[in-house]
Amino acid sequence: MHRTKVKVAEDALDANTTIANANRADFDRDEVSVVNFMSAPGAGKTTLLERALTGLEARVGVLEGDVQGSADADRLSALHLPVVQLNTDSGFGGECHLDANMVRSALADLPLADLDLLVIENVGNLVCPAEFKVGEDARVMVSAVTEGEDKPLKYPLMFRTCELVLINKVDLLEHLDFDLDRFLYHLDAVHPGVEHMLVSAKSGEGVDGFRDWLERIAGRAPAAA
Amino acid sequence: MHELSLSSAILATTLRHAEGRPVRSVQMRIGAMRQVVPESLDFYFGIVTRGTLAEGAALEVDYLPARLRCGDCAREWEPELPLFRCPGCGGAAVETLSGTEFGIEYITVEEEEEAETPCIAPR
Repeated sequence: MHRTKVKVAEDALDANTTIANANRADFDRDEVSVVNFMSAPGAGKTTLLERALTGLEARVGVLEGDVQGSADADRLSALHLPVVQLNTDSGFGGECHLDANMVRSALADLPLADLDLLVIENVGNLVCPAEFKVGEDARVMVSAVTEGEDKPLKYPLMFRTCELVLINKVDLLEHLDFDLDRFLYHLDAVHPGVEHMLVSAKSGEGVDGFRDWLERIAGRAPAAA
Repeated sequence: MHELSLSSAILATTLRHAEGRPVRSVQMRIGAMRQVVPESLDFYFGIVTRGTLAEGAALEVDYLPARLRCGDCAREWEPELPLFRCPGCGGAAVETLSGTEFGIEYITVEEEEEAETPCIAPR
């Protein structure tokens, strides 16, 4: 026996990227825009989608990622949208994020050809989802004001790899010590110039702006003036 | 915590390149912006490789600092915190020179000795 050095020179996540590109090709073929929707657990992703997808003109479907259960998919199904539940504990070892292969396994269940927009609600987690591309056009992350002002500094990869940050639960600002200016200062330091919106999934404040953003991504509305 | 997912990705790439040979070591370059905790990566790599051809393989990582350059004033610096505005001119056109690496450079594998071919060259 002897030892041989084998040159690899490859990003360890290339295998995921290859599958993400295959997903991307399928999305392009069916002309569907894809949003990877991410946040910490409990930041309000599902409630925001319930609000924003109601009244959306674009034909939208949702891929709902959770470790277990179908509670979120059941809520969104009430909007009479095509919703597919993807549980990471069945065959994927209870993963804390969706990767390109998991998304690929669910595509056959979605009527992609009949959609303008697919929202992939990722597993609640601020770390791993940021590492794994799934073939999306854009990433949206939700950060609730109950989470604290320092989150951009603690999870820079997540805050740097998204195109839109929704600052949710602003109806609670008056009850909290949360310093919005300080949060925005940290956000700008980590991702200068990233678009953000103040929203409340509970009161509906700011949700129209997010819905318009989704219409633009789906190609159903002209770009903002 | 993401070290478990990352270890699985490292293992998959390693086994693909090992082509059925036992793996003794994996050499990587990982940038500071990947926020990898070295002890945690070692721990999870040891777990995910159990029962595979990479069981017991050493994970040898060269950790690289984050290095940024301002597109406006050309200043270069290594940020302590993940701050992506130029500390000199406040510019936002900041380019990442290093710090996002997550590459496998080499793996070392065991090869079976090839059967000795007797020398039958004519004298």
